Amino acid sequence: MIALLVRDLRLAMRAGGGFGLGLAFFLIVVTLVPFGVGPQSELLARIASGILWLGALLACLLSLDRILALDWEDGSLDLLATAPLPMEAIVSIKALAHWLTTGLPLVLFAPVFGLLLSLPEPGYMPLVLSLLLGTPALSVIGTFGAALTVGLKRGGLLLSLLVLPLYVPTLIFGAEMARRGVEGLDITTPLLMLAGITCGTIALLPFASAAVLKVNLR
Amino acid sequence: MVLKVSDLTIARGGIKVLEGVSFELESGGAIVLRGPNGIGKTTLLRTIAGLQPPLAGRVDADPDSLVYAGHSDGLKATLTVEENLMFWAQVFGKKEISQAIDSFELGRLVNRPAGLLSAGQKRRLGLARLLVTGRPVWILDEPTVSLDTDAVAMFASAVRAHLARGGSTLIATHIDLGLPEAKVLEVGPFRARAAEIDDFDEAFL
Repeated sequence: MIALLVRDLRLAMRAGGGFGLGLAFFLIVVTLVPFGVGPQSELLARIASGILWLGALLACLLSLDRILALDWEDGSLDLLATAPLPMEAIVSIKALAHWLTTGLPLVLFAPVFGLLLSLPEPGYMPLVLSLLLGTPALSVIGTFGAALTVGLKRGGLLLSLLVLPLYVPTLIFGAEMARRGVEGLDITTPLLMLAGITCGTIALLPFASAAVLKVNLR
Repeated sequence: MVLKVSDLTIARGGIKVLEGVSFELESGGAIVLRGPNGIGKTTLLRTIAGLQPPLAGRVDADPDSLVYAGHSDGLKATLTVEENLMFWAQVFGKKEISQAIDSFELGRLVNRPAGLLSAGQKRRLGLARLLVTGRPVWILDEPTVSLDTDAVAMFASAVRAHLARGGSTLIATHIDLGLPEAKVLEVGPFRARAAEIDDFDEAFL
């Protein structure tokens, strides 16, 4: 299992692996927003947390079709399916590798991007915390979507359409937590809801992903 | 006996392709599947490998004894030959890859990214994967595609060494592998009768 994680991370770092793509996309979205809404810093400060969450979500979406499609194309998914690894472990590792290469960099760079949107000072901790709690769910749900669409040629758009509605709860509570942080309100309730959603998806979705993938490999 | 297929009926895309397939593979034995394109050799091998369920019948084998190699080699273009082999060795809980590299004469290429290999070299690397898994029963689908005559001989000697160690293999192929000891199984007689209207529903199952 560790071998699979190391291989996926190594592939992401090598040429064409897509490491940093999500981060660069996030940066571009965040720099485009002030052009779109104008340079009033009070307005930006008010919408910053929402924009950052939306940007992170879209950046995550960008790389979902790589999770399983590349392995399906070159036949390694068939070979992995016949290897002594349970399918649930394979999809969990794939989701973890996706989070480490896409979600974690977004979390780490979010404060810098917050600066670009003049995010008020008390908002940084809750923003980073909400992304740290929420992005694993994005990767796990995304892996489920990737398992549903594996084998479809150019299934990227369908994947986005399937996955975005499933992202709604994470977005609601993640953005709410970041917004309350900006306003200096208590963040306990959205924090617990967000953590609960993430734990629930991590506990349940790998089984669904594995079942779907077994059907798609037939 | 390491693999026993009894009265197996298999389908591709909901349409029955073969029915009543039965054979046994002994330890140290080799079976070559032959039949025209589209008859269901690949589907049969994928069913035996556990990638899809049969419509009827049984496959009796220890799932931890099988290793499957399909049309694609499952190589990563940006990883080197050594990294590719090492990955598969680790997935199967092994560490030793030098013997596999020697058997398929990949020694000069170990540090080259797999994406820069020729089609025949990629196939040799894909076949070397079988050796690093250390599994006794090889399920091979057209293993000699894009290999030259030397490499086919290399493959045949690797299979022979595998059989001598007590392993066994089931191969679907069209060409002569130079393995006179292998039993030939013609798949043609197991062809399923033409699909009936009732089978239409199964396409959606």
